[in-house]
Amino acid sequence: MNFKQFLAQSGMFLVFFVVVVVSYMTAPQFMSKENMISLGLQVSSIGVVSCTMLFCLAAGDFDLSVGSNFALGGMVGVLVGNATSSLFFGVLAAIAAGAVFGLLNGIVVAKFKINALITTLATMQIVRGLANILGHGTPQTAEKPGFDFLGNQAYLSIPLPIWIMILFFVIFGILLNRTVFGRNILAIGGNKEAALLAGVQVDRSKIAIFALSGMVAAFAGVVAASRLVVASNNAGVGLELQCISACVLGGVSLSGGIGTISGTVVGVLIMGIVENVMRLKSIDAFYQLVVTGTILLLAVLFDRVKLRILKSA
Amino acid sequence: MLTFQSISKGFSGVQALKDVSFAVTGGSVHGLCGENGAGKSTLLKVLSGVHQPDSGSLDIAGKSCTFRSALDALNGGVAVIYQELNLVPEMSVAENVWLGHYSTRGPFVDFKELQRKTTESLRRVGLDVPPTTRVGTLSIGQKQMVEIAKALTRNAKVIAFDEPTSSLSAREVNTLFGLIEELRSQGLAILYVSHRMDEITKICDACTVLRDGKHIETFASMNGVNAAMIVNRMVGRELAAAMVDTTRQAGDEILELRDVVGPGLAEPVSLTVRQGEIVGVFGLIGAGRTELLKAIYMGKQGEVLVANSRVPRKGAGTSIRNGLVLCPEDRKQEGIVPMLGVAENLNISIRRSLAKLGFWISRGAEKENATTFIDRLRIKTASLNTPISNLSGGNQQKVILARWLSERVKVILLDEPTRGIDVGSKAEIYALVRDLAGKGIGVLFVSSELPEILALSDRVYVMCEGRIAGAMPTREATEPKLLSLALPKGEAA
Repeated sequence: MNFKQFLAQSGMFLVFFVVVVVSYMTAPQFMSKENMISLGLQVSSIGVVSCTMLFCLAAGDFDLSVGSNFALGGMVGVLVGNATSSLFFGVLAAIAAGAVFGLLNGIVVAKFKINALITTLATMQIVRGLANILGHGTPQTAEKPGFDFLGNQAYLSIPLPIWIMILFFVIFGILLNRTVFGRNILAIGGNKEAALLAGVQVDRSKIAIFALSGMVAAFAGVVAASRLVVASNNAGVGLELQCISACVLGGVSLSGGIGTISGTVVGVLIMGIVENVMRLKSIDAFYQLVVTGTILLLAVLFDRVKLRILKSA
Repeated sequence: MLTFQSISKGFSGVQALKDVSFAVTGGSVHGLCGENGAGKSTLLKVLSGVHQPDSGSLDIAGKSCTFRSALDALNGGVAVIYQELNLVPEMSVAENVWLGHYSTRGPFVDFKELQRKTTESLRRVGLDVPPTTRVGTLSIGQKQMVEIAKALTRNAKVIAFDEPTSSLSAREVNTLFGLIEELRSQGLAILYVSHRMDEITKICDACTVLRDGKHIETFASMNGVNAAMIVNRMVGRELAAAMVDTTRQAGDEILELRDVVGPGLAEPVSLTVRQGEIVGVFGLIGAGRTELLKAIYMGKQGEVLVANSRVPRKGAGTSIRNGLVLCPEDRKQEGIVPMLGVAENLNISIRRSLAKLGFWISRGAEKENATTFIDRLRIKTASLNTPISNLSGGNQQKVILARWLSERVKVILLDEPTRGIDVGSKAEIYALVRDLAGKGIGVLFVSSELPEILALSDRVYVMCEGRIAGAMPTREATEPKLLSLALPKGEAA
């Protein structure tokens, strides 16, 4: 492996390193423990949902409905939590709601062969509408004590949402790399025909991916609602694009077949750090959009150059 | 080992297979021949479980089998190696070989075991690469070996090959044939589909011919069977021996290249084509033939003169405006717009000049143009708006030719004009090319089939490793002469 290939292979990690160094130099308080925790909390939702987005992208699809499922999850979680006085039932109900729409996405995409863009665009609107209907168009507050457990407890002085994110990265990393389900996802995204002819259950895998995506998004929604003790009907707007951006930054191919969990972690963190530092320097949020958009564009260009270098090798 | 018993299969009104019966014995290579549309592909898909027959049955090793899916067929001992290989380029050789039935320990893939078993199966097919190699980095020949290894891991009793040599180099073909021999001696039944008669007569022990979905004949032994006999059964009529047309008179130089360079070319190329002349370019895969045509058509360096005036080297648009056009090799990728209708595909290029004021599409003129060419070239299509992907390969090629004939073309570059086209349509394409030359157009065409070069061209250039290795008038050329020029040095035939 020559230097060029090394750069191409590990480019995003180098970029990550540079981003960290530059952040520290421009804002020394970046490295403080408080800021690290706030950074972790800030990316915890994107991080968790990016795990399943990675699966969708790796299989050659994507799921635009995660933002809405996130809102619905929070809403159902708070309402059921209020009604039953139990966080556990709230979480369960939220995951069930996410599963319903995830399954719907999966069945329509896999069995009826409808484009994932159209399918999830439709469910994105349906689910957002349902979240609004359930909350009567307003945020709903969790009334029972104990509901904030998931969001506000800390272990080893690190809040639970960060632990949950780390747990998800580990679980999905193992799923993708070590299990038949995970390897089949990459095979489906890499060459669907080959997977089909080799006897891989393509439809079933796709349905599982979308169902998982719905459940995980809804669960992330409950965790966020638990942290804020309120479920917003507008929660997670734009979350789907943030997750796709993070995955692409981490080297996941939009046409499927290529994706790693370590890359996704790096992608999530780069997005988070840029936002975090700009906030530390009290730069207007509008500029943040311009900067994150630019980074995404550069990442995609970099990806193209990378493929060219790897192919020429 | 494998018996087809009165297999019939129809698709919405079209009878693709009618009562096809024949048997393939274990330890033999059985050729399957037929024109495009004769039913070979459908038969393979019935065999591989993609299609289910309407009636009839498959017997494998004496057991009657009904395959409802590709997985069923794999489990039943049937593997089909398709022309377009079905591998996942981003994954390792080991993962590809065992895709769909990984070794597991609990819920986890057992990569160590996977690699050990893969090393074993790679040895069986004589492929010497580490099992962790990414498949995308392998050559086409090596990928094919991976496919075969994959088939063997499923304990295949029957392996069917669909045009396996269409994109292999001469050396890779030899390796493949060696492996097929090996599989035969292990007692497997091998079904071998090919358009290349020399291959059928060389490696097959028996051969079945299909035409229009019907079983025509099975030669139980290839003793005394030659290519002409098979072709005769395929088309059901004697093909007029392709003759070199001597009536045409070559005129002035219409295309001249001066030091054209481009990617894939080892040195600057200079050559000429005269008016009304058909010039062939022969070479093995990777000799730089396609690259040469691309460099002429849209390269930036060197000089290209059409009818003695210099063509600005600014890309395809200026070439077309100067009467220089290219029919690409890969029809599906570069030639046609599959979703669009026949007329749309035909008019894509002439549209500019037919349009009123240069932008308002003139429906009438386009329709007239399309109708004229459909008649003139005898393009078989249901209507002007039939999607071009519904047409046979030969007819698609005719539409592309018509696209250029609509323009005032002076020089036409053809890249493998009859690739994947059946014997009957080939003759028509040849006639068309001669017709073009008869009208004073200069034709430069690339082919990897020697008989085609000899039948069609007036003069031949031979390419080898990115340079012109030789040139001669066709009447002085013979197959061995051309082939020895085309073979890289140090790899004598």
